[in-house]
Amino acid sequence: MAVLDQNLNQAALTQLARREHYTFFGLTLPYLVLVGAMIIIPIGWLFFLSFVGRDGSFSFENYERMINSKAYIRIFLTTFKISILTTFFCALLGYPLAYFMSQISRKWANICMIGVLIPFWTSLLVRTYAWLVLLQKKGLVNSVAVDLGLISEPIKFVHNTSGTLIGMVHIMLPFLILPLYANMRAIDPHCVKAASSLGATPTRAFWTVFFPLSIPGLLAGLLIVFVLCLGFYVTPAVLGGGKVIMAAMKISSNIELYFSWGAASALGVVLLVVTMLILFIASKLVSLDQFGQRS
Amino acid sequence: MADSSLNISINDVTKTYGDFHALKDVSLEVTSGEFLTLLGPSGSGKTTLLMVLAGFTSPDYGSVKFGDEEVILKPPHLRGIGMVFQNYALFPHMNVVENVGYPQKLRGISKEDTRESVENALATVKLDGLGHRRVDELSGGQRQRVALARAIVFQPKILLMDEPLSALDKKLREEMQIELRQLHDSLNMTTVYVTHDQKEALTMSDRIAVINDGQLMQLGTPNEIYRRPNNAFIADFIGESSSLPATVKNGIASIGSAKLKGAQKLEKDGNFLLVIRPEKLFIATKKSRDANHFEGVVEDSIFQGESQLMVIKLDPQNYGEQSLRLRLPNGSAQDDELPGIGEKVTLGLKVADSYFVEAANGGA
Amino acid sequence: MGFLDKNVSDTQIKLRNRLWLYFLSAIILFLLIVPSLVVIPMSFSSSQYLEFPPKEWSFRWYENYFFSWKVENGFNDWMAATRTSLLVAVLTIFVATPIGTLAAYGLTNSTSRLRAALFPIMISPMMVPIILVAIGLFYFYVQFKMVNSILGLVLGHSLVAMPLVLIIVMSALKNYDMNQEKVARSLGASRPRAFVEITLPQIKFSLISASLISFLTSFDEIIISLFVSGGDNSTITRSMFLALRDQIDPTIAAISTILIIISSGLLIISQLLSSKSK
Repeated sequence: MAVLDQNLNQAALTQLARREHYTFFGLTLPYLVLVGAMIIIPIGWLFFLSFVGRDGSFSFENYERMINSKAYIRIFLTTFKISILTTFFCALLGYPLAYFMSQISRKWANICMIGVLIPFWTSLLVRTYAWLVLLQKKGLVNSVAVDLGLISEPIKFVHNTSGTLIGMVHIMLPFLILPLYANMRAIDPHCVKAASSLGATPTRAFWTVFFPLSIPGLLAGLLIVFVLCLGFYVTPAVLGGGKVIMAAMKISSNIELYFSWGAASALGVVLLVVTMLILFIASKLVSLDQFGQRS
Repeated sequence: MADSSLNISINDVTKTYGDFHALKDVSLEVTSGEFLTLLGPSGSGKTTLLMVLAGFTSPDYGSVKFGDEEVILKPPHLRGIGMVFQNYALFPHMNVVENVGYPQKLRGISKEDTRESVENALATVKLDGLGHRRVDELSGGQRQRVALARAIVFQPKILLMDEPLSALDKKLREEMQIELRQLHDSLNMTTVYVTHDQKEALTMSDRIAVINDGQLMQLGTPNEIYRRPNNAFIADFIGESSSLPATVKNGIASIGSAKLKGAQKLEKDGNFLLVIRPEKLFIATKKSRDANHFEGVVEDSIFQGESQLMVIKLDPQNYGEQSLRLRLPNGSAQDDELPGIGEKVTLGLKVADSYFVEAANGGA
Repeated sequence: MGFLDKNVSDTQIKLRNRLWLYFLSAIILFLLIVPSLVVIPMSFSSSQYLEFPPKEWSFRWYENYFFSWKVENGFNDWMAATRTSLLVAVLTIFVATPIGTLAAYGLTNSTSRLRAALFPIMISPMMVPIILVAIGLFYFYVQFKMVNSILGLVLGHSLVAMPLVLIIVMSALKNYDMNQEKVARSLGASRPRAFVEITLPQIKFSLISASLISFLTSFDEIIISLFVSGGDNSTITRSMFLALRDQIDPTIAAISTILIIISSGLLIISQLLSSKSK
């Protein structure tokens, strides 16, 4: 075989491969352009804006104000408190339901799933309004409780933390159940059977085999719920009645009422950074977890 | 059906994925009208080579010519090939006639001519009358035939097949092997067929190209490959065989202290393997000059229907810990006199059947 | 009872011992579904004030909604807002679905390096807190005089819908046998032709699902609409939210009832579709 200076057709083939690569990239281009123009640029802009002081020059004053102001500290605390509590209650209510759904036949599980999906597909406003109706002084909950003699006077459920929490748990619950259920369904039933055959009581088999295997789904659900809670606006705004102020509401009022873009952007940046941090940590956790699960 | 088929020239085709070499400088010539099988284990590169021929994989460099025309830069839909995939890939949203007629529709053939060619194609694969069935109403064997009909309806000059029979059960597969071969003969196409089943390759092919580790190991007729494998891998992969390690010095092969005569001239010195086909061994009643002999004890004797498989443990002093497998057709004269388990026996292997290959140590 | 002695788990727990789980799950499911339903009787209450259960019944809030364009003081033109929301939602289907589908096809067929790098960027609208997206868009639109425009709304809603389309179509393509496109190409179809004639018909249920999700996401979208729409082009969600926050107009109950019916209907359709495609 004669020795060639250049391999047969190599230049042309390399060009062909490159063109193919670009074609596929090109298909994703409209999407990327839209996301780039409408998320990356505006948020980059906001990031920049957060460093612009009231007089229009570069400054850290927006961030300084946040650290020093009692109001802002309270807002951060409230935001975290509500998010953590919501996440906790979602886990408490959602885990048993997801577990139940994963243990019954597929047919019945799908029927239950419709029950989970109906609120999910119902408008956020409708659900929030429904709780407003149910929880207020002359609402259903109070009327029934008074009629049954459980309480003598209506309890204040709305325009405070309890109302907000109830509403948010109701809205966030499907977000926890969906990934958790998917995970649980995928758990190999033979693992639990094996534990049983080896002598574990049903309770022990659950805690030592099933529960650990369900953790990735649980974590995914907790994560989604927590992150959504951090940035949540509608429900706290309506059910909190101005008494429960979360970060998103402050951002909005900064703009709508005070036109202080600097302050709003700074708070927004903080929210973004916290969100990204949590997602990042979780992504590391999840990849490690899945490694342990494959066997 | 085709007025003339084309030969295929493959030159120096190389494909790497990062560090992994899927194909290394593969060159081979497929004669016009022949049935060539690319045979190799999973991951050997045989399917990659087929995909290069089809145009779905572009090599890093190399040349593929159909006849005189260089096609390496041509996209698949302009290469004029027919292709059958392992899972048939029939279009579920079309019925049989629409599936088979699709290539004609692409070529702008009139409805009348399409109908005729589809009918012919279906008749050729023995599926007349099933035209209006939907894909999910067909059995595995029927789907296979539809995939075939679709690939030949436009009379391509080259037909490529990627393990088309692997999803069928044994009996159907063996029937289809013969049918496919007959189809090839009647259609006068050049067929390149990929399989990992060596028996299938031996049954169907004009020539076999054994591929392993992205390289062409040997190209030859089934007979050549079977009886004269180039190396230990091929000897092991094709057909049943036992192999005994031997050393060659000055043209003479020896195992332990025993000297053996080889079928071929042994020009190199070094470590070799004596490749022994089970059906070539016989039980020797007397020593003769045109055979090599091995002493041992019967370890096992298994009835396998049409043949008897015997496992003979060789004398450890001479040969080390080695066993040979011997296959005798049932019904031969030696039936009643077969030595039982534990009995001493002398095996013979004709010199003409004593074939040596280089032992694979340090090499590829 | 034999029924209660049935084994219901892999660890051979009897139904009788698990009844607590069944009851608990039933309660949780009840609490998930029923609260939303309370708006239905509310919508037929004749009272101006929120009181439950309603003392008198009437259709006045439905009239208020459907004939809102007749009101001279134009306090809340619900019909106009509904029209806006519908228009924007339909337009969102035609923006989000094609762009998302093409991107899904591109990503699925490319090498892993590209995919790993691009995917996080592409689902970023779901990851970034929506309030930020909303104010970012608002600021951006102010510069380009796109506030209160249909275009602005469609683009904003598409942004939120596209990651969902991407995920749905990518998952459909993952389950789809790409060999069919390869076969079509070997038979003489160019790549685009093979995609349109062979692949698209087979993922059509996912495309319909993706379209439905785009529609619903846009129609239900609150926060971006809150900032970015207004005046003539206010969406129904914006109007509803403002009414909720500022003063409780029971017309919201009527609108909510209608919304529940629509979204349940769409849910049933999509469940039927997904079971049909299996």
